[in-house]
Formats: sequence, structure tokens, C-alpha cells
Amino acid sequence: MSITIKVGMGEYKLAQKPDVLTTLGLGSCVGICIYDKTTGIIGMAHIMLPTITQARDTVNIGKFADTAIPALIRDMIALGARKAQMTAKIAGGAQMFSFSKESDLMKIGLRNTAMTKDMLKELGIPLLAEECGGSSGRTIELLSEDGSLVIKTAGKEVRIL
Amino acid sequence: MHFDFQNMNSYQLDVLREVSNIGAGNAATALSKMVKRRVDMGVPTIKLLEFSEVGAILGDEEKIVAGVIVPVAGSMNGVLLLILEYKDTSNLVELLTGKKFSDFEAFDELALSAIRETGNILAGAYMSALAGLTSLSVKCMFPDVSIDMAAAILSIPAIGFGMMADKVLYIDSDFAEGTDNVKAKMFLVLEADSFEILLRALGAIS
Repeated sequence: MSITIKVGMGEYKLAQKPDVLTTLGLGSCVGICIYDKTTGIIGMAHIMLPTITQARDTVNIGKFADTAIPALIRDMIALGARKAQMTAKIAGGAQMFSFSKESDLMKIGLRNTAMTKDMLKELGIPLLAEECGGSSGRTIELLSEDGSLVIKTAGKEVRIL
Repeated sequence: MHFDFQNMNSYQLDVLREVSNIGAGNAATALSKMVKRRVDMGVPTIKLLEFSEVGAILGDEEKIVAGVIVPVAGSMNGVLLLILEYKDTSNLVELLTGKKFSDFEAFDELALSAIRETGNILAGAYMSALAGLTSLSVKCMFPDVSIDMAAAILSIPAIGFGMMADKVLYIDSDFAEGTDNVKAKMFLVLEADSFEILLRALGAIS
């Protein structure tokens, strides 16, 4: 029996075969899913913002793409995963509201997605699949059995990346 | 002394609750006028949340809800977020437009516009009460509506104001039309610095 572990906003968590990592109702946040095929170790980060550089009074590195992704990979390696075998899939970065002028809060989904891709590239983790953008929230599940990413959107069919 | 909204004293929390109570009371009156029914209101609660807790404020993260977001700008910055579940949204739309809709997907532009306008009027009433009490100038910006999973909608204010701290403060007010046909929740989420400005204007920070 596999157990399903929930990853809340601003958190990152790891799991091993046969368990599942999930995030419910991703909006403009991005869910970063990393899979090591040979060990069955998986990791998921639920980032809210692109970068920690403008932050103050914060110690939660899980909130930012540029700090959460390296930390996730580091912890996976500590658990026995190998960086050379890691692959990534990402989802989220939607624009939930379309206010015409409130530009920064507005484009946060796009900025989160862009920074996530930059970080993966910089760290040398291949991005195998993505479903980002649009205006709908998503629930995602990362399966340690085969690295599949299951995506559910309100009123649409379930998709598997 | 450095003010930190994550460590307010009990007096400051009381002041915040009271000012929210007045804001929400004004919003309840505005809603009552719109639907021409009695509207009851609960005492606002102050929720200091970890980001990981935000998505589950309403219980089920994946529950589909209607959310109207109204950005607030001026001396204070933040957002007001009005949240209604399907039954409540549909009853509200029927009260306002006379039209019935079978589910969220059936809502037409008129229905969405009625929901958006409700958010607009409630937020305006809420903020004008706060502005009146504090003499701070605040303006409600153009509202927008989204119908989607609760967690996806609830996370938006947290993201906007998540840069500065490890927690986020949601001031939660409940409204119920007299016969419980329409229940709604309104959240006020301010930028970290805006709590200090608000409490200072009310004399709760020396």
C-alpha cells in the first residue's frame, strides 16, 4: 500500500517507492517534481515566488524557486538519489485573476515558471514535461512507481505527464 | 521598538478584531441593501497562518468556489477576498438577477458580473469604514472574479504578501443572509507594513 503525502504551499517533501507526493489546488504557485528512476526517490516543491533576493524576515527557503529547488535536490541526494539520474516535471503558474493593471501580482505565475526553468537548467536537471500557465488551478500527484505526474483541473479530464 | 505583525500583543489583536468588526459590519449592511434581506454577521477571527495552512482554510482544498478579489491600495496595501460556495453563489445571483443557474459552469456574463459587483460593493463598504476610523486614504481597485479550487484562490493573497514574512494574517468575516440562503466569507489580507500603519493610526502602537 502506498501512502500519499501532502505538500503545502511553501513546502518541499521527499518520498520513496511506493509512495505518492501531492499538492492540492495549485494556483500561480509552481509544483516542481523530481524523480530518480533508479532509486525510486521522488521530491516535490510547492514554490510561491521566484526569488529570495528581495525577501526580508524570512527563513522559509521552501517558498522561493531559487532556494527550494537546490534544497530539494540536496535532500534527495542525502537520501540516496543521484543527481545524474534525476529528471523533472513541472505544473502550475496559472493566472487565477486577470486584473488589468496590478501587474506584479498578476504575472507571478509566469515569473515563477520562468525562474523554475532557469534553476533546473542551471542545476542540469532535464525537464521532461510541463503543464504551466492558463487560468485554472491544478491538483498534482507525483507517483514514485514510474515518475508519472497526474494533473487534475476543475471541469476537465485528468491528464498524465 | 520594531513592530512585527506575527507577534502582536493581545491589545493590538483586540483593536484589529474591533476595526475588522466595524468594516465587516458596514459590508454586511451593504449586502443587506443589495439583496433586500436581513444579513447576519459573525465576529471576525484573526488567523495567523503558516503558508502551508492557507489552502485548507475552508476545509477541502479542491472544493470549487467563487472568489472575488479586490486589491486595496493607498496608505495601506492589501486585498479583500470574497468567497462563496456554489449554492450560496447561485442563490445570490438569483436574488440579484432573477436567473437560476444549474452549476458554476452555467454562469453567464451577467451572473459573473453580479458576483464581481457584490465583491466590489462589500469591499468598498469594508474599506470605507476602515478609512473613516483611521483617516487613512485607501482605494479599492477594480475587482476580478475566479471560479476554481479553493486552495488556488485562497493562495493568491498569501503570494502577494508572502515576500516579507514566514506567516500570513487573514482576517476572516462571515456573513449569512437571514434564512441562510446566502453565506459568504470575506478575508482581509494586508501587506506586513500595512498592519503597523493601521494600528498606529488607531493609537495601538505608541
